[in-house]
Amino acid sequence: MKRRGLFYLQLGFTLLVSAFLVVPVILSIMAGLTVNYFVGIESGLTLRWVMEVWNGYRDTIFLSIGLSLACLAVTLVIGVPAAYVLAKRQTALTRALEEMLVLPVAVPGLATALALIVTYGSLSGFRTSWAFILVGHVLFTLPFMVRSVLAVLSAIDLKTLEEGAASLGAGFWPRFRDIVLPNCRQGILAGSLMVVTLSMGEFNMTWLLHTPFTKTLPVGLADAYASLRLEVGSAYTLVFFLMIMPLLLALQAFAKPRSAKFVAEDAE
Amino acid sequence: MRHETRRLILLLLPAGIVFAAFFLLPMARLFFIGGSGKTGWAAYAAILTDSLYLDSLLSTMAVAAATTAVTLVISGVSGVFLQRHRFPGNALLVSMLTFPLAFPGVVIGFMVIMLAGRQGLIGQVTQALTGEKLVFAYTLAGLFMGYVYFSIPRTILTVMAAAEKLDPKLEEAARSLGASPWRVLLDVIIPGLKPAFISAGAICFATAVGAFGTAFTLAAKINVLPMVIYTEFTLSANIAMAAALSFVLGIVTWLVLAVARTAAGSSVAAAG
Repeated sequence: MKRRGLFYLQLGFTLLVSAFLVVPVILSIMAGLTVNYFVGIESGLTLRWVMEVWNGYRDTIFLSIGLSLACLAVTLVIGVPAAYVLAKRQTALTRALEEMLVLPVAVPGLATALALIVTYGSLSGFRTSWAFILVGHVLFTLPFMVRSVLAVLSAIDLKTLEEGAASLGAGFWPRFRDIVLPNCRQGILAGSLMVVTLSMGEFNMTWLLHTPFTKTLPVGLADAYASLRLEVGSAYTLVFFLMIMPLLLALQAFAKPRSAKFVAEDAE
Repeated sequence: MRHETRRLILLLLPAGIVFAAFFLLPMARLFFIGGSGKTGWAAYAAILTDSLYLDSLLSTMAVAAATTAVTLVISGVSGVFLQRHRFPGNALLVSMLTFPLAFPGVVIGFMVIMLAGRQGLIGQVTQALTGEKLVFAYTLAGLFMGYVYFSIPRTILTVMAAAEKLDPKLEEAARSLGASPWRVLLDVIIPGLKPAFISAGAICFATAVGAFGTAFTLAAKINVLPMVIYTEFTLSANIAMAAALSFVLGIVTWLVLAVARTAAGSSVAAAG
């Protein structure tokens, strides 16, 4: 009897926490589609605010998509080979390198952005281009790609696979292409989803790195929150949700399925 | 073999060059610029000696510590519960609790405004109940709420992964020996989850110390260190001070994570 009560207590608590996370999202979606949020839903539904966002902030959406894809390309090209090396040679040196690569995630984005500005801010062609933001995003997302690929490579017997291929006469590059890459495609996929999602939402660095001509979606969001009416900010948030939701769902579906050890609960 | 080493170095080189050119070099430069202002290297001490910076450091730490404590309790209760009990809707609850995982800080700030802002839900409810409108989004309390919102998804995932590895037989044994649910929680479940709590807690803390987007959305008046750095940099154009403060901030977050990793690692070994 007592455990039954405990179950409902915990369930109630968990429902409250879920409400805390979900209710503001629902409120904001509603606000973005309501004629006047202050009056309420009675004032009617409209796509006017969404259209306003589309007309005023379309560029930020395209820039963010382009930026996240460019970021993905760079992290794939430099991150996957790096992960392979880190998996293959597990020495004190490679472990230290791995630690270092994670630093841009540990250090606040504000600090990284300031460091980039004081070092490269005077190269005006670079400073004003979107490549300046790309550099920040690559630093921030690279560890997620490396870690994700490294996790998969550490779980398989890379050495035996490679030795097998080598004994059949495969050289280094064919082995990398035909053995290593196909074997870590799970990690590459998970890492890619993470990189694109993070790049799409990155704000801490981007706010300092952007210029009026290189506004990303989160930068535009901050603009809209600060200066436009609540409905427009909400509609803009709605657009952001629509873009990021598929990525988040894919990430959730992709995460290792829970082989939960469920206790035979409340047997009595 | 030497051939292979050369190839491996070649494969590591692109990442290494990008990292050295765009992180190590800029960070070194940031460090020196921090010491190049009017006050010289004393800028690094100002965070402790200047009451303006010390106050913001203390309130930053306080918000981060409170966020960590509350998030760990919430995620601990709900994470273990969801991992242990199968019921219809379990998977839905898990997705609801984890989907804000990748919301940027600005969006989290806006979520706080939807709840506790001038037109927020809490304001409407309290006005209907008491006639007085409760609005706290634009204060430290609002920031705290935002950071808890932000931290729950990632912490709950860590707790659930750790709870999955707990051996239910230990709890059964404790119970059959007459331990109350409370004692089982204190003596079996919490020690088993300790490494997860330490590492998730450190990430909560470090993120709350360094986050900027949420505070930026809520109000420029919230006196936390990232906001002070931003103000020094943009409004006061005091680049040296901003550099010194952000370098210190970076060291703090890095240290917290490094210490936690060591602590979590050793307690894992001790438990094993």
